Parts: sequence; structure tokens; C-alpha cells
Amino acid sequence: MMPLNYYLILSAVVFAIGVVGVLIRRNLIVVLMSIELMLNAVNLTFIAFSRYLGSMVGQVAVFFVMAVAAAEAVVGLAIIISVFRQRQSLDPQDMQILKW
Amino acid sequence: MDLSTLIFFLLAGLLVISSLLVVFLRDVVHCALALVAALLIIAIFFVSLHAPMVGILQIMVYAGAVMVLFLFVIMFLNPTVLERPRALWWSAAGILALLLGGLLVPLFFNHEPPGDPVASTELFGSPEMLAKSLFGDFVLPFEIASVLLLVAIVGAVVLGKRERSAP
Amino acid sequence: MIVDVAIVALKAFLVVFMVLNLAGILGWVERKGSALIQDRIGANRASILGFAGMGLVNTLIADPLKFLTKEDFVLFPALVTFAAIPFGDVITLGERVINLQVANLNVGILYVFAMGSLGVYGIVIGAWASNNKFSLLGGVRGSAQMISYEVAMGLSAMGVLMVYGSLDLQEIARDQGALISTLLPPALGFLQPVIGWLPAWGVFLQPLAFLLFFTAAVAETKRIPFDLPEGESELVAGYHVEYSGGKFLMFFAGEFAEVVTAAGVVVTLFFGGWQVPYLMRDGFHFPWGSVWLLPQITVVILQLIAFTVKVLFFCWLQILLRWSVPRFRYDQVMRLGWKMMLPLALLNVVVTAVVIIAAQ
Repeated sequence: MMPLNYYLILSAVVFAIGVVGVLIRRNLIVVLMSIELMLNAVNLTFIAFSRYLGSMVGQVAVFFVMAVAAAEAVVGLAIIISVFRQRQSLDPQDMQILKW
Repeated sequence: MDLSTLIFFLLAGLLVISSLLVVFLRDVVHCALALVAALLIIAIFFVSLHAPMVGILQIMVYAGAVMVLFLFVIMFLNPTVLERPRALWWSAAGILALLLGGLLVPLFFNHEPPGDPVASTELFGSPEMLAKSLFGDFVLPFEIASVLLLVAIVGAVVLGKRERSAP
Repeated sequence: MIVDVAIVALKAFLVVFMVLNLAGILGWVERKGSALIQDRIGANRASILGFAGMGLVNTLIADPLKFLTKEDFVLFPALVTFAAIPFGDVITLGERVINLQVANLNVGILYVFAMGSLGVYGIVIGAWASNNKFSLLGGVRGSAQMISYEVAMGLSAMGVLMVYGSLDLQEIARDQGALISTLLPPALGFLQPVIGWLPAWGVFLQPLAFLLFFTAAVAETKRIPFDLPEGESELVAGYHVEYSGGKFLMFFAGEFAEVVTAAGVVVTLFFGGWQVPYLMRDGFHFPWGSVWLLPQITVVILQLIAFTVKVLFFCWLQILLRWSVPRFRYDQVMRLGWKMMLPLALLNVVVTAVVIIAAQ
């Protein structure tokens, strides 16, 4: 369809936006959502390559990335709920006890 | 410019806008909805790239279940305090984003594309092919992934339990 | 090229038209039917020139008018799902073989489930947007129920998929035209005279899966006996208590469209879709040998009628169910979904797998 580069560039842009989200947002849930965004950008790269190289390995990789991302989202949200119960806040700045 | 190119750019534009909305909207629920939109657009890309099975799975699993979970948690926690955007941070982040993008994107401009896409059979990306790979070459990661999911379920249930006040 | 697009557009239009009409008519069937079951007359007040038409006028004209003229004006996953359901076998018009299905996806049934997953958002967002704790509670319950029963639905459908060996709904419908005698393994040959003459419908090959799937589908659509999230007698109207007028109409129409879609999927997977028993593309081929040839257009019309009749039957069944059965408590709903239907569905899959392997 389109040249491969277009998909890669799109994926890189979305990935960069995800990184920005992780770095600047002060709401843990939005940070987690930005991580999901990054994972999806990578999925897009995998699928684009899978199409252009004619190999199913890319799609299998995406399948596993999806499974792992779902597991990670579940556990991450459970952690966020526990932390919220303790600190009544979703701001990463309020959770700095481990910093030295 | 033919129709498929136009559609690609349209969808790509929508995807970038949705991701920007995810990162820059203040209300968490709006961010979640923007992420759902981004996931659906990516699913459309998957289907157009001859991966219908993975695309449908993306809708079913990611957009249909994981994001619903996000929305549940947002509703339960009900964060009432909207964060104030801090100008210094966000402009620094903007610059960072441009730097990162500026690093990644030219990498792909200079690289020669691998020619035309390899001609694919009817079955490429179909459930049969995916199943053959999953249960053939990749059966070990598959089993490990199922154990991983089990661990995640147990972990989430344990973490989510309310603490009984210690006597 | 233009003709292709036109054909697809025509099919899509017909399907949408049919589903929406059916949704409207079902509203009437619901009110009159429930009245019959409960031994009362039902709606018959609105009339045009004294012609009350058994309540049709009331339901189909007066109610929508009332809804639309109230203050505000906001269905789609249910409508879109119907795109994947085949309502007839191919027509050969001239040289063009037209598949009587709006979208021929080779992941057909998964598309149905994916749209079902997206349907949860309607509830979640609707409940949240109401800014009302009761509505939120109803919405959260409703969506939790929907996602629980999606799991059971998927697993019970898996048995059917294993038997027919395809995800494509048109192929599943087509494969149900064979007679069971052609599918029986030699070991079970003694069953030949008993069930060999039946067409290989899903309900004969997978009865447990049918029961599970139908129950899960009814739970998905949140109709009684699973309608605690709506809780008519409890949480006022549950998650749509704050909506009136046009928005409520959308929810309402969406619910009936879901009923039609659930009926459509059940028919396709388990009752042969558009198959008339013993009707092949050129005519009837009865198992006792006689053949009755028919022109192609007659075959197609018969298939369309068969599909419609079957879907209508299941819609009627769901309405009957609604007015005859008490509703489950919410914890009972969740217990049923996770502790009873899920293990049964898994058992079904395992048994089916064993039978299929043993038959080879």
C-alpha cells in the first residue's frame, strides 16, 4: 500500500507523543495510558514490517505484546488503586518516599 | 493522489490528533476516550495491512476490555482535582518531544525502503496462519503468556482487596 | 467497480432498514405480547379517527412522537454487527455471484464479538455522563455483567467454530446444509437411522453450546432475567434514569436492535442461518431420495423467508422470556456467568475436541 517508511514515521511520532505523556503528566492513570499508546505504536511497526517482509512473526509478536500489555495494565491499575487508598492522590510527586 | 493514499493520511492525521489529545487533555475521562479512538484507528491500520485477525483482537481485547477497565478505575477513584498544567514543564516536554521525533523520524527518511511489499497469499494474516505460527513455532511463548496472564489475575485480585483493619 | 459499491450499499441499506423496522415492530410486540401474557389489554389509547389498530398506533407513532418532541436530541454497535450476518446464499444474477451478506469477513464471528465489546462503552459512558451516583452504579453493574458474559459467549461459540472449522459466518451457515449422516464417524454409525437424516444444524451438533450461548446473549443484551442494571422496579431506570426524550429513544432502540442482532447470531450459528432443511441451490433434495427442482429465484426467496422466520422466532422467544421469568439478583448473575457458564463452556470445548479427534 503505502511505502513502509510512512508507517514507521507515523509509529515514531505516536511513540514520541507517548513518551512525552509519561514524562509530563502528573496523573498516574494518564501515565499508564501513555504507556499503552507507546505499546500500540510499536505494534503498528511490527505489523507494517510483517506485511512488507511477508512474515507472520510480526503478527505473532503483536499478539504477545497485546497479551502482556493487558496483563500489565491490569496489574498497574491494581497498584494505582492500592496507592490511591493509601495516599488519596494520583500525583506521582506525592509518591516519592523511595527517592533518596 | 489516489483514494488509498488519501485515506492513509486522513487516518494518520486522526491518529496523531488522538494521541495528542490523550497526552494533553486535562480531564482523565476525556483522555481515556481519546485513547479508545486511537486504538480503533490503529485497528483499522492493522486490517489494511493484511492483519485482520490481529486487528479484530485489538478491538476485542484492547479497545473493548482493557480500556473499559481503565474507565472503571477512573470512575471508582473519581479524581476530582484536575492537574494544573505547568508552563515550564510542558514547554520542556514539547521541546523534548520535538527532539525525540527529530531523532527518530529522519532515521526512516534516509533508510532505503525494502522495495515493494512481498506478494502475500490469500491466507496471510488470517486466523489459520496466525494459529499455525502460534501453536507451531511459538507454542512455548504461548504457554508462558497464559501463565503470565494467570499471575496477573491473581496479582490484581490480591492488590485490589480492601485491607481488613488489623485487630 | 461502481456496481460493486452499489451492491454493497444496497445490501447495507436493506439490512439497516430491516433491523430498524424490526426494532420498532418489536416494541409493539413487546407491549401487546406482555399484555396478553399478563391478561390485560395493553396500550390502546391513541387512535386515528377511531382506528386504534390494536395499539400499533400508540406504539409506533404516538410514542416516538412523544419522545422526539421532548427536550433533547444523542444504537450503533448493534446495527453495525448485523453487517456480518449472512441472510441468504449466493444469488447468481447474470454472471455475477452475489454473496447475500453485507460484509464477507473471514473473521466473521469475531467481528460480532468485537462489536459486542464496543457496546459496553454505551453503558459506561452513558452512566458516567449522568453525574448521578445511582446511574453510575447501574452503569458499572451493567458493564461488569456485559463483559462477564462476553467471555461465556465466546467460549460457548468456540465449540461451534470447532465443529464447522471456520470463523466465517457465511461458511458456517453453508456447512449447516449437509446432513448429519455425512458427518457421522464410522464408530457412531448406529446412530445413522436415528439422527442421520437431520441437517447438520448447530443445535443438533452442539446443544449445550446453544443453551449457553443463548443465555449469554440474553445476558449481554441486559434483558430480563438479567436486567438488574436497568432495575425497573429498583434503581428507577438504572443507568438511563437521567435521559429522556430523544436520548432515551436511542437507548431503547439500541436495546431492541441488540435483541434482533442476538437473534440473528444465534440463528446463524445454531439454526442454519438461511438454510431451509434439505434445500440445496437448485431445489429440494430429500433424504429419502426424491428431488424437487426449483428455479433459483424461488430458492433465494425461500431462504430469505426462512432466515426472517427464524430471527423473528428468537426475538419472540426473548420477549416471552422477559415477561415470564423473574429477574436474577446481581450476585446471582455474576455467579452464573463465572462459576457455572464458564466451566460448562470449557467442558463443552474439551468434549467437542475429543469427539472431533476421535472421529478422524
